[in-house]
Amino acid sequence: MTYEGVPGLVETRDAYGETTLIVDPPRLREACFHLRDEEGFNFLADLSAADYLGWPQSTDEVAGYKGSAAGRNINAPGSWGLARLPDPRPTRFCVIYHLLAIPAAVRIRVQAWIDDGEPVQSVVPVWPTADWHEREAFDLMGIVFEGHPNLRRIIMEDDWEGYPLRKDYPIGGEPVRFSGEE
Amino acid sequence: MAVAPEKPAIYRGTRIPSPIPTILRVDPALREDDDILQVNFGPNHPSTHGVLRLIVDLDGENVVGLEAVVGYLHTGFEKTMEHKTWWKAITYPERIDYVSFQNNELVFVLALEKLLGLEIPPKASWMRMLLCELNRVHSHLVWLATAALELGAISMFWYCFRERERILDLSELVGGYRMHTRYFQAGGLAEDIPRGFFPECRKFVERMPGAVDEYESIIDRNAIWLERTKGIGLLSASDAIALGQSGPVLRGSGVDWDLRQNEPYLVYDEVDFRVPVYYNGDVYDRYRVHMDEMRESTKIVAQALDRLEDMAGEPWIVDDRRVVLPPRHELHTSMESLIHHFKIVTEGYRVPEGEVYVAVESPRGELGCYVVSDGGPKPWRVKFRAPSLVALEATATCMSDALVADLIAIVGSLDTVMGEVDR
Repeated sequence: MTYEGVPGLVETRDAYGETTLIVDPPRLREACFHLRDEEGFNFLADLSAADYLGWPQSTDEVAGYKGSAAGRNINAPGSWGLARLPDPRPTRFCVIYHLLAIPAAVRIRVQAWIDDGEPVQSVVPVWPTADWHEREAFDLMGIVFEGHPNLRRIIMEDDWEGYPLRKDYPIGGEPVRFSGEE
Repeated sequence: MAVAPEKPAIYRGTRIPSPIPTILRVDPALREDDDILQVNFGPNHPSTHGVLRLIVDLDGENVVGLEAVVGYLHTGFEKTMEHKTWWKAITYPERIDYVSFQNNELVFVLALEKLLGLEIPPKASWMRMLLCELNRVHSHLVWLATAALELGAISMFWYCFRERERILDLSELVGGYRMHTRYFQAGGLAEDIPRGFFPECRKFVERMPGAVDEYESIIDRNAIWLERTKGIGLLSASDAIALGQSGPVLRGSGVDWDLRQNEPYLVYDEVDFRVPVYYNGDVYDRYRVHMDEMRESTKIVAQALDRLEDMAGEPWIVDDRRVVLPPRHELHTSMESLIHHFKIVTEGYRVPEGEVYVAVESPRGELGCYVVSDGGPKPWRVKFRAPSLVALEATATCMSDALVADLIAIVGSLDTVMGEVDR
């Protein structure tokens, strides 16, 4: 099956038997409407975001492998996540949509690559289920969804600082509070 | 397949609130009225299945506004898994949804195997399917026990937990633990199926259909149960799909969709079972789906037992030393095997670069696992598509025209596990 008619399509990839469509972020919602109405992808199975900060430059260098005693060295110079990303937009974050067509039982993955602070269009008008998924991606990864009706933190507290799932957010960075302390 | 056209619509149009699909807003005209009472239901309440907080606006007994607040059980599973080797990360998914632990373990192991390109032996596939179906019955029993308890049927709780204990005993027999067994490994099973499992499991399979009849005889003709579940919490098929519902909620709304049948994994295409579908989209139909699924899962377990009994002596894990531990007896005689064992356990194995999404039908619906690997021994990113989180998104839609007492029945029928919602 080809998806050449999808608006803003940058690249199509096939790996592990799964099809990935990379779309231009400004035309994301248009592409999603097309996929829902023309291709039958009526079900948004999952929406997630991934941070590629520190993604290894070459196959010899694996970020998870070259750690220090404290864990991964994600701030090492030269590990700024620019290797092997799709050609037109080598950026830090990737927002990933897993779509499913019921009853045709076809799955595809749609990706939009964005930089820190760059907004991505909300798909709540396309699939209402995206509401909490987008809030979660905003909360934990700091992705801003343009046009989301209620973009607030969902998992963390409302006044939380930082985005815990980002690669530069430390693990164990939160001080432990004991009940007896003032 | 899909929506049966001849069935009358549950309701006209859509009931998904606009513009925010998950929040039921109080009608501004009603807001003028002083009688609107805002109540915090939870986060600590026996009927919230954990720590769910609902901000409910009440006009007398009618629910006129609703907002769900989640996040009280967030433990950072996904972040933690990025800092563990693949090998160690297998223990985490089980604890995300602690009621359907075996299915959660399965989805992560399947994703890992897809990246590694492993073909697992048939014995492991059949045993995984058997355990996952036992786990489905276990999960549905816990659901039925608590959902009925909340509506006043206390005795159901004891009856359901009686059979639940039998399943956990079987689990203990196989994996050494009642729950969170870590019995599935990348490549197959951790150990061979222990002696004595088949007769014990056979006893359970013979017992279970009668037990389901018993549950039905308690509540299925009980006027209070019927009154409180029929026609309550309506959700149409198109709204259910738009809201991403899956599992019993979707099938209770008339959509014939089950990943075990529509996208078979393991060996589900080799067993004979029926997918129950009901068309009224209310709490009662979701209950019916759960009951029928317990019967069907028992049938699958029986068929898997028949096959597994003929597989004695077959391998239960692939012989691929890149990811599989050397057999125990070699450690006492071979230095190389000991070193190899040590390397896998401490350093982990490398998983080829790539990204995969694997979905299985957990007791609560489509449980997905999206995994990104950078080619190293630790996952780069792990994301779970939690069916419970998605189910809770439907509360606002189901709650239109509901009374405060129905709220308990509706939240119960969506079958959420808060550990999975918050992860």
